[in-house]
Amino acid sequence: MQQVLRLPVSSTEAIDAPEVIGHAETFRPHRKSSVTPAKSETRGLPLVIRDLRKAFGDNEVLRGIDLEIPAGQFVAIVGQSGCGKSTLLRLIAGLDKPTSGTISFGDTAARAEDVRVMFQEPRLLPWARVLANVEVGLGRDRKAAGAHERARQALEEVGLAEKRDQWPAVLSGGQKQRVALARALVSGPRLLAFDEPLGALDALTRIAMQRLLERVWADQTFTAILVTHDVAEAVALADRVLVIEDGRMAEDITVDLPRPRQRGSAELAALEGSILGQLLGPGTTG
Amino acid sequence: MSLIESLPKVRKLTVPRADGLLPWLVPLGIILIWQAASVAGLVSPRVLPAPSDVARAGWKLLWSGELGRNIWVSFWRASIGFLIGGGIGFAFGLANGLSQLSSKLTDTTLQMIRNVPHLALIPLVILWFGIDESAKLFLVALGVFFPVYLNTLHGIRTVDPQLIEMGRVYGMTDGELFRRVIFPGALPSIFVGLRFALGIMWLTLIVAETIAASSGLGYMAMQAREFMQIDVVVLSILIYALLGKVADSASRLLERLTLSWHPAFSKH
Repeated sequence: MQQVLRLPVSSTEAIDAPEVIGHAETFRPHRKSSVTPAKSETRGLPLVIRDLRKAFGDNEVLRGIDLEIPAGQFVAIVGQSGCGKSTLLRLIAGLDKPTSGTISFGDTAARAEDVRVMFQEPRLLPWARVLANVEVGLGRDRKAAGAHERARQALEEVGLAEKRDQWPAVLSGGQKQRVALARALVSGPRLLAFDEPLGALDALTRIAMQRLLERVWADQTFTAILVTHDVAEAVALADRVLVIEDGRMAEDITVDLPRPRQRGSAELAALEGSILGQLLGPGTTG
Repeated sequence: MSLIESLPKVRKLTVPRADGLLPWLVPLGIILIWQAASVAGLVSPRVLPAPSDVARAGWKLLWSGELGRNIWVSFWRASIGFLIGGGIGFAFGLANGLSQLSSKLTDTTLQMIRNVPHLALIPLVILWFGIDESAKLFLVALGVFFPVYLNTLHGIRTVDPQLIEMGRVYGMTDGELFRRVIFPGALPSIFVGLRFALGIMWLTLIVAETIAASSGLGYMAMQAREFMQIDVVVLSILIYALLGKVADSASRLLERLTLSWHPAFSKH
């Protein structure tokens, strides 16, 4: 936590330095993704989306999305509210059916347990103890031998092993979201979709959760898709930031910065500024 | 300073001891005042006999076995009627909460029947069943049906849809979804229905026994009225109060056992 508190002071004053901005500009507009996965060995699922459309009645929310995500990549999707980013995530997670277009997970047939979602709300069962809530994430393996053990390990992974016998009602917001993360992780997913999972947390808990997300992603090498409206969060965590506008892909930006990334560093700030500029339209940021 | 420090200690010492007795303080006080008023001659025994007289009447009836038999008969009618009516209400609540088709098919009919005061059916019920057991069971079951039905339905309809979506995403089958998400989520509301139903159960039974019966607490009270035994009448009324309290305590105990996850129930 102390480390977290120290962060914002580091080198933010350098944002205006021209060479930094120049550097940020160089990695901005990669339209075609030539992405390098962060790791050579990954269990992640690749994702291919072709001409994906989704309409609710007359309202066309997604107007033809084409997207390829290589296995193990951490992708952030940003955009204004109502741009269709959450809809895209719900389609990827199988929560809704597309109006037209296809979503495929590489060439392997993905099991239901391979794709997991983490919602903005923890969505824990209030009437189940923490450990039982994590076991929900095992899906069909819930009744298999070793289910308890796997759930216990997932809880340990998020640092809540000692809360296993508590009711969710006594946990703090951040702890609940960590239990939800353990539930999403326990089945060993190969693709994890995050629907603004940190949106409701306070700033410090949020940064701690971002580090936790980054750590488990590095440990477990799944493909991560994070929908967020916090651009700083997107550039801090993702290999690649997708900007969605009016149901279409507006930008596809590769964030080619080494990890762990220094929050508040000049590169991140410059990148964040340029994405914000894109989101808010010309002339609104300087 | 020393006073402030001593305050929490004082509370700690007194509260747990008084906790169990506190709810009984008021009924006990009423009985004491009542006894004192009777002894002092403020209340005529023809209007209200003294608690000691009521206790003596109760003792006598207990010895003759009449009281036990009547309580047992009433208890039996109440439980069987409750099980039948509550069971059917619960089943309809589940069916209509879970299935759109079932709801469309039956809900309107049930809402129409609900608006008929079930005690108004007593004359009809007597014509149908005479004054034997089935008449009382029918009335109790009918009275109990609606609170259980309505609250089960409401409970199931108001289960957090986000939790249901979560359950589906995590691959729960319909059965699991019901057992692990929908039913536990509906349970607090089902208990509300249960407690309403218990109240209606006694009310219906006593009215039915008063009008058309040859045994039971209501019958005992009516007989006593015929013979001007006002102490027995008062005794019956006190027994109703006690039985109601017992039923309520039982449902509270169930609540505490099954809803311990709920912040509102965990502290009791």
